[in-house]
Amino acid sequence: MTTTRLERCFAALKQQNRPALVSYLTAGDPDAETSRRLLHGLPEAGVDIIELGMPFSDPMADGPAIQKAALRALEGGQTQAKTLEMVRSFREQNSTTPIVLMGYYNPIYCYGVERFLTDAAKAGIDGLIVVDLPPEHDEELCQPAAKHGIDFIRLATPTTDAKRLPKVLGNASGFIYYVSVAGVTGGSAPTPERLESAVRELREHTELPIAVGFGIRTAEQAATIGRFSDAVVVGSALVDCIEHANTPDEAVERVHGLVSELAESVRACRKASERQAC
Amino acid sequence: MNQFVNLPDANGLFGSFGGRFVAETLMPLILELQDEYTAAKNDPEFQRQLAYFQGDYVGRPSPLYFAERLTEHFGGASIYLKREELNHTGAHKINNCIGQVLLAKQMGKKRIIAETGAGMHGVATATVAARFGLPCVIYMGATDIERQQPNVFRMKLLGAEIVPVTSGTGTLKDAMNEALRDWVTNVDDTFYIIGTVAGPHPYPAMVRDFQAVIGHETRTQMIEKQGRLPDSLVACVGGGSNAMGLFYPFINDPAVKMIGVEAGGKGVKSGLHAASLNGGTPGVLHGNRTYLLQNEDGQITDAHSISAGLDYPGIGPEHAWLYEQGRVEYVSATDDEALEAFQICCRQEGIIPALETAHALAEVAKRAPTLPREHLMVVNLSGRGDKDMMSVAHHLGDKFGVKNR
Repeated sequence: MTTTRLERCFAALKQQNRPALVSYLTAGDPDAETSRRLLHGLPEAGVDIIELGMPFSDPMADGPAIQKAALRALEGGQTQAKTLEMVRSFREQNSTTPIVLMGYYNPIYCYGVERFLTDAAKAGIDGLIVVDLPPEHDEELCQPAAKHGIDFIRLATPTTDAKRLPKVLGNASGFIYYVSVAGVTGGSAPTPERLESAVRELREHTELPIAVGFGIRTAEQAATIGRFSDAVVVGSALVDCIEHANTPDEAVERVHGLVSELAESVRACRKASERQAC
Repeated sequence: MNQFVNLPDANGLFGSFGGRFVAETLMPLILELQDEYTAAKNDPEFQRQLAYFQGDYVGRPSPLYFAERLTEHFGGASIYLKREELNHTGAHKINNCIGQVLLAKQMGKKRIIAETGAGMHGVATATVAARFGLPCVIYMGATDIERQQPNVFRMKLLGAEIVPVTSGTGTLKDAMNEALRDWVTNVDDTFYIIGTVAGPHPYPAMVRDFQAVIGHETRTQMIEKQGRLPDSLVACVGGGSNAMGLFYPFINDPAVKMIGVEAGGKGVKSGLHAASLNGGTPGVLHGNRTYLLQNEDGQITDAHSISAGLDYPGIGPEHAWLYEQGRVEYVSATDDEALEAFQICCRQEGIIPALETAHALAEVAKRAPTLPREHLMVVNLSGRGDKDMMSVAHHLGDKFGVKNR
């Protein structure tokens, strides 16, 4: 049986005994060319898994940072087709770094689910995270995606109770994305103690790797959470770098700079904790 | 004909419309709400309380009034107005808010949030929150705050906190996005009172059921007055709660024709309108699949209407279903047609309707003259127009010697 890019990625990281660094950027933000440069430089800066946002006009689960990113991208003319093309062109140079598209269902629905999955598989997309498709709607996209060999990454949240968890994990693949706080992206930081016990509990119910995201902004936070999770997702903090940059060059420099810091920190985090333990 | 009445199905679907397209964080709560609502429907004590507040607090039943002068004016069908504008707070919105706040109490929620466009749902929500002693936050687009100042003031008087929403275009859809963001952040203690027959299941069915008192009363009242059912029902449709409330109890009576009137803005062909059925395509937004105003890439586009309450790029999923099934006819009225009908209603009946309602009256102006006097036409007079004085003055100011600002 062939393995997927995501499986290979997590297996390699397990060997290295470190968590994955997952970066989120919105495709087309702040403009098509800068976004392309940002994307292409992520692996070298230290990203293990790329989450690429499909911009949507009404991002209900996102805080101000990613809302603004989506608007910048849409104003720059970003479309679903352009996002898929970005990935296709990235794959010409990189065949190992997994790419997961994240967003809302409507742009996929309007593109046409079958057409989208065909094009996404062809472009080299590994997984999908669609915020507004709970397991109750698995027949919409989750099950068709499996037929195209695309993972459907499920979100588990602090409100997902024991009764509901089997349903959430049912058709999940790739990895589980644990939403650290009840809220929108870019919110306040979660407490590590509560997170650690939530992740431990999740592990009892799934073999899949567990990523933690929402509210993780700094290298310190990434290190703390990376000690007990399989992946750490950073989004709004990176997107903020783009907003605060005065030029495209500065945006690229700032984003890749922060990514390097985060990467260094997740690479060292378990070593540091081993030393502490000694 | 039972195909219409037993919906939605267990997954909240009306055909392919509706559903529960929400973030996982909200799912447990939405499932709990569904259970609570199902229980409340069959709980005599809940129903007794609901009936009590509908009667003594809201002032129900609202009259079914024979509009003799309008009937004469149009020279055709006999026109009856279902006087929802006489309800406490001046619109049909409170029917739903009373029901939802009782549920919120029952579920032990400590805080109420809502979105509002024209402000009528915001006022109704702030009202019931005050009555039940719950803190209340209303999300309202910054653009709408500008054009609906009297309602903003009313909400503040009632103790609500108004949060201006500047994201997107600062209208109803953005207010709803922001309310959803609040809800997902405060899911433990907060009850979201959605104002129309949209959102994730069970909201479309629940709001419809709370509003169906309009249609149930109309049925009884028309039988008392004329000994038979009406021939046609006309209501304006934004999200579509006043229309669903009037239509639903007649949905299995094939002889009763139903007409929903969307906001045509500058005309459906102009692209500047809020007519989701007549000028939109199916998509997924705010927790449900329905008809939406959107571009071909699935990005939601702005709605345009003189009436803030209809200025929404979607419509309740049950309307989308009834539209595709052909059970309800959906037409549109432009801003100008609504303004004309607004004035006719003021002059002929001494009733100042809401600009939303004026869209339904605009359809009456087109349809009634072609029908015989025996035709009994009921129009849902869903709200009163006091809140619209500034907008109307802006558009008609010259005619009345009011200075335009």
